[in-house]
Amino acid sequence: MSAQPIQVREFHPRVQAALNNPQIRSNFRRAMDGLMTKRTAAFAGWDLETLRELGAAVRLRALSRLPELLEQLEANLVQQGVQVHWAETGEQACEIIRDICQARGAKSVIKGKSMVTEEMELNHYLEAAGIEALESDLGEYIVQLAEETPSHIIMPAIHKNTDEISELMHEKTGTRRSHDVDYLTASARQQLREKFMRADVGISGVNFAVAETGTLCLVENEGNGRLTTTAPPCHIAVTGIEKVVEKLEDVTPLLALLTRSATGQHITTYFNMISSPRKAAEKDGPEAVHLVLVDSGRSNIYQDQELLDTLRCIRCGACMNHCPVYTRVGGHAYGTTYPGPIGKILMPHLLGLEDTRDLPSASTLCGACGEVCPVKIPIPKLLQRLRKEAVDGDSLQPSRVAGHGIKRRWLESLVWSGWTRMHASPGLYRFAGRMMGRLRGLMPSKLGAWTRYRSAPKPAAKTLHQLMQERSVKSQAVKQESKG
Amino acid sequence: MNQARQNILKRLRDGRQQGFAVPTSDFAVVRERNWTAAEKLDLFQQKIESVHGEVHRVAAERWIQELIRLLAEKKLGNLLVSDIKAHGLELREQWHESLPPLLAYDRKIESWKEQLFTQVDAAVTGCRGAIAETGSLILWPDEDEPRLMSLVPPVHFVLLQADQIYSTFIEAMAEQGWATQGMPTNALLISGPSKTADIEQTLAYGVHGPKELVVLVLE
Ligand code: SF4
Repeated sequence: MSAQPIQVREFHPRVQAALNNPQIRSNFRRAMDGLMTKRTAAFAGWDLETLRELGAAVRLRALSRLPELLEQLEANLVQQGVQVHWAETGEQACEIIRDICQARGAKSVIKGKSMVTEEMELNHYLEAAGIEALESDLGEYIVQLAEETPSHIIMPAIHKNTDEISELMHEKTGTRRSHDVDYLTASARQQLREKFMRADVGISGVNFAVAETGTLCLVENEGNGRLTTTAPPCHIAVTGIEKVVEKLEDVTPLLALLTRSATGQHITTYFNMISSPRKAAEKDGPEAVHLVLVDSGRSNIYQDQELLDTLRCIRCGACMNHCPVYTRVGGHAYGTTYPGPIGKILMPHLLGLEDTRDLPSASTLCGACGEVCPVKIPIPKLLQRLRKEAVDGDSLQPSRVAGHGIKRRWLESLVWSGWTRMHASPGLYRFAGRMMGRLRGLMPSKLGAWTRYRSAPKPAAKTLHQLMQERSVKSQAVKQESKG
Repeated sequence: MNQARQNILKRLRDGRQQGFAVPTSDFAVVRERNWTAAEKLDLFQQKIESVHGEVHRVAAERWIQELIRLLAEKKLGNLLVSDIKAHGLELREQWHESLPPLLAYDRKIESWKEQLFTQVDAAVTGCRGAIAETGSLILWPDEDEPRLMSLVPPVHFVLLQADQIYSTFIEAMAEQGWATQGMPTNALLISGPSKTADIEQTLAYGVHGPKELVVLVLE
């Protein structure tokens, strides 16, 4: 599979292309409208605010004890027979997984949905090592056939309509062209069943990892996650280190929030909890289970009191579904594994601001994402923080995100320091105001990107101060007259 | 990779913010329900039917006849059922030749994977109760009713005792002592047949797991 390598920096041309593509726009518009309505309906009758507060509290409590909980999780899993591995980078995680596969002489891997393996581009890595990696979630399977990347973290193939999918499956797998979704789904089932039967290793993600009991929880509708974690003789679960929660009961509010926020379902078809490999008397299930804990930038986010909130995310996708920017440009325009608002606050940490400099600015700061986030991540506030980081714009708070200051320009910072000085001195402020009024004719009508969709601002002939002064002089005069 | 472990844990410990303000977790919002047994059963049925699950309420002593009727109605050619559990023994005792043949999951999957994947029409299993709020069945697969039994055959019948319906997930796990007694190899909530909406948000059933989930509620 040769998916397009991510060209994160070419953000603007991609946005332009997406905006000009009516197919993309209507596919996303329709899907996102539907998801928003379903989410609202699913929370009817709930005290949503209290539930979100509980969700946030549970995640925050887990983060407050993150190193201890990771150790507890590891100890419990190891005791139950699961092998636990740690990876500082995506590359390291790929190596670990490849080594496990090679040690078993594995030729084929079947995958359940996992964003963290997308993040580390595991499929390419395995294929380069001669191991076939096949996605089994229907959406991921479609995206893999098309040699693309997911455009949404919950619904990977949302950018395609039935026509496009039918054509793709016809071309790649020989199914007939059809608009019958049942037929297309059944054909995919047929092809994938075969693979499930023969796969040497199953690789899955994890939604929550419970420290208290050493349990890996997976949320899904299709059953491919259950097959991936049960049918092959070996299961490798891969997760970011932040997914751990303290207690088993902590899972309940998060599950209630996750499925309703994501797709408006009161629960998904399967909630799959795995705590050990097959025991001696059991007749199925993998004989070996591994967990790979991936850091990949997360421990750096953890160092910062404010940015830390990013790690509460439970990957529901609601922020995307409600984002006016995402809805218009779609997931691919971002060029990152995680698109939309969560991508904008997460990717700068994973890739550095150098490559992601435009992402925090691609927002109207309308606040919809923060309002729907089930764990109350203040996304708009974090976007503002990352904008500051990108220009080293806060003298009180040292920048710390990799690649910070990448957008700092001498002219712009000169303008802003002048602006600051002007506003700190009343005399200077009045003088500058008057000068702008006098020289208003010299204002250029084109101001780069600003005037692409707007007209250039034109200073008024007189400042507000001047106007007020004239008024008070006039009314003084009137008063004088009426008295006299 | 022990180095990686040390480095990650060290970064987390060194970088941890002082005075992490952690609000208390008040679970009342996911816990407090006061439904009667009848309300719980109605809600369970309504929720699971809303996602295409099928529910049949039967008198406890009539479930086998009901199952036979459903097998015929759905034209199923065989049935996988435990040969150890009480409901399996009961079923086997009352079975007769003219009915679809019964199969048993009596060996390790490796010796009959192909057959299970391609030739089994339906399976019937028990469960550890259900959750009213979300219309979910609780299954802990074990050596008599292994994990793939409720997943691979296209039709899955589940026997549920009407008095084993909990209001919420948190209530079920607390009352059954999940966290204290330790978790099994695999525990499941099943809420409807397998489904996908990955093709233009159009729902399709049975994408990987069972196309039909049929619950027999024994009253
Ligand atoms: S940031 Fe919040 S809304 Fe967005 S995916 Fe994460 S949990 Fe969901």
